[in-house]
Amino acid sequence: MINFQYVRASTVAEAVNLKAANPAAKFIAGGTNLIDLMKEHVERPSQLIDISRLPLRRIEQTADGGVRIGAMVPNTDLAYHPLIEAHYPILSSAVMAGASQQLRNMASVGGNLMQRTRCAYFYDTATPCNKREPYSGCSAIGGQTRGHAILGASESCIATYPSDMSVALAALDARVLVTGPSGERTIPVSDFHRLPGDQPHLDNNLGPAEIITAVELPPRGFATHYSYLKIRDRLSYAFALVSVAAALEMDGDTVKEARLALGGVAHKPWRDIRAEAVLHGNVANEASFRTAADVVLREARPHTHNAFKVELARRAIVRTLTQAARGTPQSQSNKKIA
Amino acid sequence: MVEKQPQSSKPQSAKTVTADPFAPPDRLAVALVVNGVARRVDVAPWTSLLDALRDHLGLTGTKKGCDHGQCGACTVLVDGRRINSCLTLAVMQDGAEVTTIEGLANDGALHPLQQAFIEHDAFQCGYCSPGQICSAAGLIAEGRARSADEIRELMSGNICRCGAYPNIVAAIQQVIGQS
Amino acid sequence: MNAHVGTPASRVDGPAKVTGQAKYAGEFAAEGLAHGFVVEATITKGRIRRIDTVPALKVKGVLDVLTHERRPAMADDDQAWKDDVAPEQGSPFRPLYDDAVRFSGQPVALVLAEDWETARYAATLIDIEYQQEAFSTDLEKQRAHAFVVEKAEQPRGDAAKALASASVRHEGEYFVPTEHHNPMELFASTASWDGNGRLTVYDKTQGVQNVRNYLCGAFRKKHDELRVISPYVGGAFGSGLRPQYQVVLAVAGALALKRSVRVVLTRQQMYGLGHRPASIERISLGARADGTLDAVAHEAIAVTSQFEAFSRNDTGWADLLYKSPAAKSVHRLARLDVSTPSDMRAPGAATGVYALESAMDELAVALKLDPVELRLRCYSDRDQSSNLPYTSKRLRECYSQAADAFGWNRRNGEPRSMRDGSDLVGWGMASGVWEALQMPAAIRIVLSANGHAEISCAASDIGTGTYTIVAQVAADALGLPLENLSVRLGDSSLPQAPVEGGSWMAATTAHAVVHTAREIRGELLKLAKAVANSPLKNADVDDVLLVDGKITSQRDASQSVSIANAMRHGKVDRIEKEEIHHFADDKSHARNTHSAVFAEVKVDEQLGVIRVTRVVSAIAAGRILNTKTGHSQIMGGVVWGIGMALHEETVFDHRFGRIMNANIAEYHVPVNADIHDIKVIFVDEPDELVNPLGIKGLGEIGIVGVAAAIANAVYHATGKRVRDLPITLDKVMAR
Repeated sequence: MINFQYVRASTVAEAVNLKAANPAAKFIAGGTNLIDLMKEHVERPSQLIDISRLPLRRIEQTADGGVRIGAMVPNTDLAYHPLIEAHYPILSSAVMAGASQQLRNMASVGGNLMQRTRCAYFYDTATPCNKREPYSGCSAIGGQTRGHAILGASESCIATYPSDMSVALAALDARVLVTGPSGERTIPVSDFHRLPGDQPHLDNNLGPAEIITAVELPPRGFATHYSYLKIRDRLSYAFALVSVAAALEMDGDTVKEARLALGGVAHKPWRDIRAEAVLHGNVANEASFRTAADVVLREARPHTHNAFKVELARRAIVRTLTQAARGTPQSQSNKKIA
Repeated sequence: MVEKQPQSSKPQSAKTVTADPFAPPDRLAVALVVNGVARRVDVAPWTSLLDALRDHLGLTGTKKGCDHGQCGACTVLVDGRRINSCLTLAVMQDGAEVTTIEGLANDGALHPLQQAFIEHDAFQCGYCSPGQICSAAGLIAEGRARSADEIRELMSGNICRCGAYPNIVAAIQQVIGQS
Repeated sequence: MNAHVGTPASRVDGPAKVTGQAKYAGEFAAEGLAHGFVVEATITKGRIRRIDTVPALKVKGVLDVLTHERRPAMADDDQAWKDDVAPEQGSPFRPLYDDAVRFSGQPVALVLAEDWETARYAATLIDIEYQQEAFSTDLEKQRAHAFVVEKAEQPRGDAAKALASASVRHEGEYFVPTEHHNPMELFASTASWDGNGRLTVYDKTQGVQNVRNYLCGAFRKKHDELRVISPYVGGAFGSGLRPQYQVVLAVAGALALKRSVRVVLTRQQMYGLGHRPASIERISLGARADGTLDAVAHEAIAVTSQFEAFSRNDTGWADLLYKSPAAKSVHRLARLDVSTPSDMRAPGAATGVYALESAMDELAVALKLDPVELRLRCYSDRDQSSNLPYTSKRLRECYSQAADAFGWNRRNGEPRSMRDGSDLVGWGMASGVWEALQMPAAIRIVLSANGHAEISCAASDIGTGTYTIVAQVAADALGLPLENLSVRLGDSSLPQAPVEGGSWMAATTAHAVVHTAREIRGELLKLAKAVANSPLKNADVDDVLLVDGKITSQRDASQSVSIANAMRHGKVDRIEKEEIHHFADDKSHARNTHSAVFAEVKVDEQLGVIRVTRVVSAIAAGRILNTKTGHSQIMGGVVWGIGMALHEETVFDHRFGRIMNANIAEYHVPVNADIHDIKVIFVDEPDELVNPLGIKGLGEIGIVGVAAAIANAVYHATGKRVRDLPITLDKVMAR
């Protein structure tokens, strides 16, 4: 860890001003990802701006019937909040699928959105990595790629974004509220993270001095027909090989509205509205689910060790949609896949 | 959810950031209530809460198993919630109440979890045990785990390489049953 | 007298461990302690051309930077660096000795600073220029160049011919990847500077005297100048058998600074230590239609480093389990540019028996025989290699008791025939075998007139329960309650002990305790005889027992003298005895522990997700000294077996020669959610031949066979035979 200066911001405006004054500074909230990366010498901020005490810890209903979640709300508080558990259970489930309870107690909603990749080459400073050192090359390509992207990757980067929470947020059409030197703006979660392209060092579209203040959920929570299924190499406390958030609004056997997003497969939460469109108005059955899955994966490009993820994702989509349609969401503690 | 009030210690004012690469950062005063006792440590910003406890306060009961939030050995309770003390900076916890394994026993009487861990042989080498026990105390306070499956899932952030998991679950179930 | 031995006594060190009072190597305070941080090589092979420490030295608080160019004198002959556990052949690694880089992650500098964070920061400022050389870390690429290691076991009959003519034959190649021990405690050493070059070194080790002797060799010190202490060890599993490089660096730092130094490795750096070597295990079995074996052939190719020839017995286990007139085994080593492999829980057996027992399952399928039935048909009452009988072998009882507890008779042998909703259910089994080893060791007992006794020995307790069983054995031998005993271990100045490994420590220490206790008893009897009207006047030391604070005649319990009275009368307030115990050198029998492991897996048919829902392990290991801690050891071994079967793999990128999952988030070991019901059965196995107390040891046997039982269960569930570990979901997903 390099020498850095520590300052604590007490208002959002102060935080933004501090960040604007120092491009080499980083915000720190829960710290679970940033401190890890600083110890690995991957992140080398000259200054940490502690935003953990900003008054952004409320979860409250909005005028339109949705919910606003303060950026500093710890992940556990989000998952266990009565409003979320009752109206957006897919979000609770996805949050509880990630990390461990200790980490969820620390990690903030804003920080979860800002999580960096777990690509081993990004972490290993002895190997080239375009995300860590722009234009140094991608070591993952041709290397160990079990955990890497099958969708939306580029020749510069095949890393995945590891969040579970954000996959559910993408399915729920959540919006990210940010504040910067020029004021506030709202970014749909689906547009918040970037695909790597030729600039994989940019994870997202947040401006250099912008700060996340809240996440807003629209009123529709799909509380009856949803499921979050996470497939990984051990049964807990591991990152996803593939995860699927499926949320449906049903009319008898017919899908009135569908939301489908994947984690562990791309540089961002992978929402596919074309696949959702396939489901709209169709009978909820294996055939329609399979068609939707084929749409999601038709442009999948596997690498040396992750070809299995294409078929795994296809089947996980079908299974998760089945769970959602039946109204039997995947439990995060009982590991039998329903 | 009670919001943490800004602390009495004033936020550092922004300075031009030109860190001297050859001068370690200045130490800052951090006030903590550790196991019910008000403590003050002077630590550089880069000192984790874990290292502050172990190296500055001599509380080596909290263990370092990975230093990256991957094993849970460093679990302590901060303001009643279990966290990985390796992934937070001591300066960020200014004003916090910290409970470590040394603070669980009450006047020499073992905490029910400590007693149950001994009875069920819920450890071998003992290195993960302080973290397991603090984590279990946090789990019980959360009130979310009832079944063995729920305990297993919510205790999965604490790795036990000796493989005492079934005994850990049994010990926790016993204490949940008592309360 | 067995008031304590054989009971489920709680760990005597339990209170210290659950309250955080137990101190581990990196937690001992020392006056003026400086902190070291290791800088590792980022290349895999080559030379250090230039190492620039100037910027690091400029950092305020940095005291020194040690490199191969700047370090205290170290021995320059291999013999001095050979510890008790070093491979016979080769040149042990010497940290910071020269400019050569032999493996990625090798230490190349040690930054010493007033505090740890400053040392860690300054380490990032060290600039190293390397001259790189070609390297290989890929076993598959080097297997053709592997060389043969000499092994004791001789070929029996003509295995090739017998295989060729066998009516049913199975040949299979199995693969076990590199695995790392990952004990929870980071490797750490605190070298406390006692002045005048004398040091007390707190080290994470399985053998304090081994470390002391090694450090004395490496730094040319006398035994009385260096003491090594390790009262608690946060897991080791073999990784602490050899002295690890951080202890050399801590001592070098202390000698350079003439002050105390602590060096704690990072989790990542621990991947540069020893590891279970990757191995390719080729098994050929030839059988008759009735399920008896004609021949067994086992060829193992395992990894070693370029500079040492590490090998363990992967082959030969079939000779201990199954009757076969012909057998042949070959063990080869492939040299790779990695650190030297090391012992890791049941070294050789965990890997070799995995392959053997997977192959036996495949043979059972080929023969259309129940897997348990096949093993009974080949059951051997003699070690096939030495043609010796066993001191005891209750493996049949292991099979039957485990099968009953598991409900094996309800198994439908057809693969994919058992289901639970969307899960395929598989039931598999395997045998396990390990050696019952025992070593010389010394025990000191100090008995005080107040009825308290201190038992001490240099042995380490790495979580295995040595403190507790030593106390139990001593309590029975001295006739004292457990709470009157204190046990001191893990200090090189205490009586001689071997390294803690090979499952030999229970038999070793228990017999040494009894041996020294006999001397105490003799001394007490002498005092008792001097008491007026002593009822023990004509008694011999072996005619009396110590029971409830009294010296008592074995024949007539009413004839006794209280210990307190005898000592008071003799004006003795303490009796101290230290004796070394040697076991009789009896080569007339084979000495082994055995097990039968039954596992249930549930595999999601479409997604391939595997859950191990039940394991039953029946163990025949002689007398069990403590059923509670013994149960934990076996259960822990089963958890290791589950990890070996499903999770564990050190992943290399052979282009860089680097380990890409050198952390405990991506090197997966089982977490709580991965572990369900584990039932441990100790089969009653009286054994008067193995040693007087009938103790065989439990540390290794728990893991042996588990990976095979799970692999066999996965086959039974899915119809897929996965021959390369770990069995990840992609390998079993239905097509």
